[in-house]
Amino acid sequence: MARRSRSVMRRLMPWAALLPMALTVLVAYLGTTLWSLRVSVSSSRTFPADDFVGLEQYERLFENERWLQSLQNLAVYGVLFIVAAMLIGFLLAVFIDQKVRAEGLLRTVFLYPYAMSFVATGLVWQWVMNPGAGLQEAMRRIGWTSFTFDWIVDQDKVIYTIVIATVWQAAGLVMALVLAGLRGIDAELWKATRIDGIPAWRVYLSIVVPMLGPTLATVFVLLFTGVVKVFDSVVSMTQGGPGTASDVPAKFIMDHLFGRANLALASAGAMVLLATVLAIVAPLLYARSRRRIAQ
Amino acid sequence: MRRFRVVLAALAAAAALGARAAEPAPRAEVIHWWTSGGESAAVKTLADAYRAAGGVWVDMAVALGEQARAVAINRLVGGNPPTAAQFNTTRQFLDIVEQGMLNPMDDVAARDGWDAFLPETVLNVVRVKGHYYAVPVTIHMPTWIWTSKAAFRQAGIAAEPKTMDELFAALDKLRAAGLVPLAHGGQSWQDNIVFTAVLTNVGGRELYLKVLRDRDPAAIHSEAFRQVLLTFKRLQGYVDKGSPGRNWNDATAMLITGKAGVQFMGDWAKGEFALAGQQPGRDYGCIPGFGPNAPYIIQGDVLVFPKTNKPEALRAQKLLASVVTAPATQVAFSAKKGSIPIRTDVDASKLDLCAQQGVAIMKDKSRHLGNGEIYLTPDQNGALADILTAYWNRNIPVEKVQKDIVAALRR
Repeated sequence: MARRSRSVMRRLMPWAALLPMALTVLVAYLGTTLWSLRVSVSSSRTFPADDFVGLEQYERLFENERWLQSLQNLAVYGVLFIVAAMLIGFLLAVFIDQKVRAEGLLRTVFLYPYAMSFVATGLVWQWVMNPGAGLQEAMRRIGWTSFTFDWIVDQDKVIYTIVIATVWQAAGLVMALVLAGLRGIDAELWKATRIDGIPAWRVYLSIVVPMLGPTLATVFVLLFTGVVKVFDSVVSMTQGGPGTASDVPAKFIMDHLFGRANLALASAGAMVLLATVLAIVAPLLYARSRRRIAQ
Repeated sequence: MRRFRVVLAALAAAAALGARAAEPAPRAEVIHWWTSGGESAAVKTLADAYRAAGGVWVDMAVALGEQARAVAINRLVGGNPPTAAQFNTTRQFLDIVEQGMLNPMDDVAARDGWDAFLPETVLNVVRVKGHYYAVPVTIHMPTWIWTSKAAFRQAGIAAEPKTMDELFAALDKLRAAGLVPLAHGGQSWQDNIVFTAVLTNVGGRELYLKVLRDRDPAAIHSEAFRQVLLTFKRLQGYVDKGSPGRNWNDATAMLITGKAGVQFMGDWAKGEFALAGQQPGRDYGCIPGFGPNAPYIIQGDVLVFPKTNKPEALRAQKLLASVVTAPATQVAFSAKKGSIPIRTDVDASKLDLCAQQGVAIMKDKSRHLGNGEIYLTPDQNGALADILTAYWNRNIPVEKVQKDIVAALRR
């Protein structure tokens, strides 16, 4: 009798330990998601309303040029940011992996941007890119009078300035993760390829990168969530401008949530964003879980 | 002498305490976003006036209007409301009124005679279905035209422009002199200010009301409104390349240093001139509008009073509502804030030249107009601002802009 109750206890313990987290997931994540879904099909303004208006808010959302532009910006930004951050981060990791001197110092330097809040660094980037005060003016003063770098005030190029600044911030994180992966690769492998006379770039491309698959997938998911919630960099660098040229969905949602007292439209935007994330990340996670089962 | 005064004050305080021993001093916790230098000096005059009337002022400053309003609304919903909360003189707080979350101040309004001294435009905002839900604190006028005397001298412009054509002539001369003609911060709300200034000065009062209050598609498609939009876009040709994203005070600094000639901005810009030691009339000019009948745009701040059953909180709310509108409080607050009082029956001589001009204009009721947010919901106003800022920054055919505005204001 005593033994049985002890074994029941033992079986319950892990569940009891998991309970706080499980409740957080259920209430804080799933609960609020469902709540947003509910609000997005109502006519809520400052306060949540409990009526039902069908897909009216979604129709309105996709008639809104600013929303469509912010989605387009997000797509352009997302592709460029992920590709550039992964490429630069990978190259930095490979560079450091060549047993360079002062590795510790370099690692810190590359990772440092990630440790700083973008609200502060975004402001610095804004100054650097401001044609009247930053890089352009500095270059012109030292004699290169035809130097022009005014992307931040250019309707068509402003989104690239956000890419530059955020890649600067995220590349260090990619480097750190990839470097950890590289260090996990057996030194015997390098010896073997050296004996076979395979050039180093070929080893990286054909052997190391496939081996780093799980690491790169993690990096991708991290960067991807960074893309979807991109907000602080835009607000601190351009406030979505000039005009609405560098607007992103998160800023659109925040504007409508508070400034414009339109909970319903903001929630509809948030649901569209969530659907986008699920559409891209879910297949990836599914594939990984299948592979694990197969193994 | 000073010690004597301190003793006297202590005695008075003791006497006051004795008299009020039965009931505690009304304690008012006020959420507001008056956080910049001039603003906190202004709110201090409010606190002082409230203390002088026997209350206890608890300051709850939250930076940025949006944040402060979000805090107020969250606390309202959460059941722990402040005594009073700042909102703009707009329809921002209409939803809260409709939810029955505010205490009307009808008896204070009747006793103090709000109907007699408040401008009709402001009354229409604070009075909902015959009840008074907010006490106006101050009036700002967002569409002043500021000029830099130094820049005008350098460009050889003798007199301040008196019409839109003269303004464009002045802008041309400024450009010819190698200066930045129009100091503008390319942010959506600042683009909106330029638009409002053009709508009042080129379109006029009737068109303004038809477009923003009545949301009349015929008026928006009219030739007169088309001219307004074209004039607005024409002004964009006079800004410098660094304009996008610039903060308003950086644009004002361009006037102060004489690098730029003209700026459209609210009367809070005076604070920047004052900080730089500049005087209105001597170093800079302020033009409220062109012509003797130019409309005077009213915007400003109010305090609302969240619903409460506690008698002492209600007492604090009523005392505060009464203190805020008193002429002496009004003049002291406005002088620090750079705004003008909500009533014209005050001694304006303590205010600066521009504010005096404003008070004089406010005496003519036919020139009052509310800013866009007084007539439009925050949502409509935001949608309009999106269209205007897109038009300002891109080459969009004016006909499409007219069509978009009709669509945005239909909701």
